[in-house]
Amino acid sequence: MEVLVCVKRVPATGGRITLTQDQQSIDTKFLGFTVSPHEECAEEEAVRIVEQQGGSSTVLTLGPEVAVEQLRDAMALGVDRAIWLDGGEDEWDPEATAAAIVEAVRSEETAGRSFDAIFFGNEAADSGGYQVGIRVAHALDLPCVSGIKRLELSQGKATARREGASGGWEIFEVDLPAVFTIKEGINLPRYPSVPGRLRAKKKEVLRMEPTRRPGGLGKLRLKLPPEEEGQVQILGNGADAAPAVVEIMQQLGLVGR
Amino acid sequence: MILVWVDLAGPEPDMMSLEALTFARGIGDSVEAVVVAGEDVASRLGAFGVGTVHAVSDDLLADFAPAAWAQCVVDIMDSLLPEAVLAGGSDRGNEVMAHVAAKTGLAFAANCVEVETGDDYVVTRMRWGGSLLEEARLSGATKLLTVAPHSLAPEEAPAPTDPIVNQVTPVIAEEDLRVRVTGREAPEGGVSLADARVVVGGGRGVGSAEGFRILDDLAALLGGTVGVSRAVTSLGWRPHAEQVGQTGTRIAPDLYIACGISGAIQHIVGCKAAKKILAINTDPDAPILAHADYAVIGDLHAVVPAIAEGIKRALAT
Repeated sequence: MEVLVCVKRVPATGGRITLTQDQQSIDTKFLGFTVSPHEECAEEEAVRIVEQQGGSSTVLTLGPEVAVEQLRDAMALGVDRAIWLDGGEDEWDPEATAAAIVEAVRSEETAGRSFDAIFFGNEAADSGGYQVGIRVAHALDLPCVSGIKRLELSQGKATARREGASGGWEIFEVDLPAVFTIKEGINLPRYPSVPGRLRAKKKEVLRMEPTRRPGGLGKLRLKLPPEEEGQVQILGNGADAAPAVVEIMQQLGLVGR
Repeated sequence: MILVWVDLAGPEPDMMSLEALTFARGIGDSVEAVVVAGEDVASRLGAFGVGTVHAVSDDLLADFAPAAWAQCVVDIMDSLLPEAVLAGGSDRGNEVMAHVAAKTGLAFAANCVEVETGDDYVVTRMRWGGSLLEEARLSGATKLLTVAPHSLAPEEAPAPTDPIVNQVTPVIAEEDLRVRVTGREAPEGGVSLADARVVVGGGRGVGSAEGFRILDDLAALLGGTVGVSRAVTSLGWRPHAEQVGQTGTRIAPDLYIACGISGAIQHIVGCKAAKKILAINTDPDAPILAHADYAVIGDLHAVVPAIAEGIKRALAT
């Protein structure tokens, strides 16, 4: 099984976001970097498939040279090889990103490597475009199952499950090769081991220079949403606050009087 | 004319499609709708000011098939040349619109909260699940966008219409049916996180998998359910199905009780639709307090059982 995982370097932000002066990006002076949670799970899924069924896994990213850090992180988890699409410092729009990935997949095919499964995160944590995987699938004439949380691959076929809008599972069966956009929860990603990290450092990263074909969605500026007005009412300290909490619950009609 | 793809929740139009219809009236002088496998809802859409409903039906489209459903939208676009096509910002809304975009080569902006119309649109859209906004230029002969969930309330039109129903028999290509729902598994019983009136949330501060027993007890007493932060699922203490946040479930209960949760922005976007938030935290400076209505400063291991006892006493009297 040949599996390709496409990931994006994003800041590891958890607290209040601050923007750069020009409003073009998040101020990352004090932040580390990671990939989207969905994509971490996609990497883990690729590694598990290759562990169980043989073949190899490849991780690909489009971004600046520092994004090679995320490729090495993926290889530390067990991904076999990496492709870096040198996109420079600017963010690429969804159409340009998809076109660059399609170009890279075709170039891999020319070099004799065809992928049975191509994984994306369901949406990127930062830009949340919800479309790159689907655009790539159409350009390569592959089926695309989106938002999956269970996947079984065997003998050229895939059974994928995703949560239905009102709970339960929707089941999809497709022939491989196929594109899958993955959601967090499909697995619990492992932590990289120290030997894994050392091995990843030595592995080669294949650099490609993609053609940039800008699409019709262009970022103008970022802005922070308006602050929520609100004042927290402190009900008390420790267990002594319990009666005040119960009274609030009664006011809200959640506990009968 | 603005065309809206209306999705269904059971026999009814889903909430986010009604939001999209409301949004559409704000940007265009006429609104038409396309519904796949749901002509019965056509009459319901008159209340939302829809002039014509294009009702697509075919046995092969009875259950969800994203590329084939998208092709139905594309066929109607080709004949009507709408100024824009909108859908609700649900998973399915974003998925179908991405297929429409890929098939037509048009740009697509997901999860918009505002639109300035013109030859190009200037859209304001959500990033980071809504923790950050982006202004972007959206160009193309037809603008494709989804409306961010709950960015506006669905409102009926001032003057309801009696929609014309245009029955459409689609031509379906084999390749568009490669991906479709071929089976379903029913949800497990119990209170679902998305619909619960009370959610008792637990974070890293709960300390262990066993520590959740008191949260389970409190949730059961209140007829609610337990939700957790990403730290908790990453530690393997609870299943991902219980995760609240950007990459988990968005909740909207009457009361969210956040126990030992610091309040990362990815968690806040998942719980901010709660009517009231009560934070229980040892740290009076935890970020969650800035989003809470009420707070108890203290150790959840003492506070949560005391609240449960208080509820039992209140119920007994």
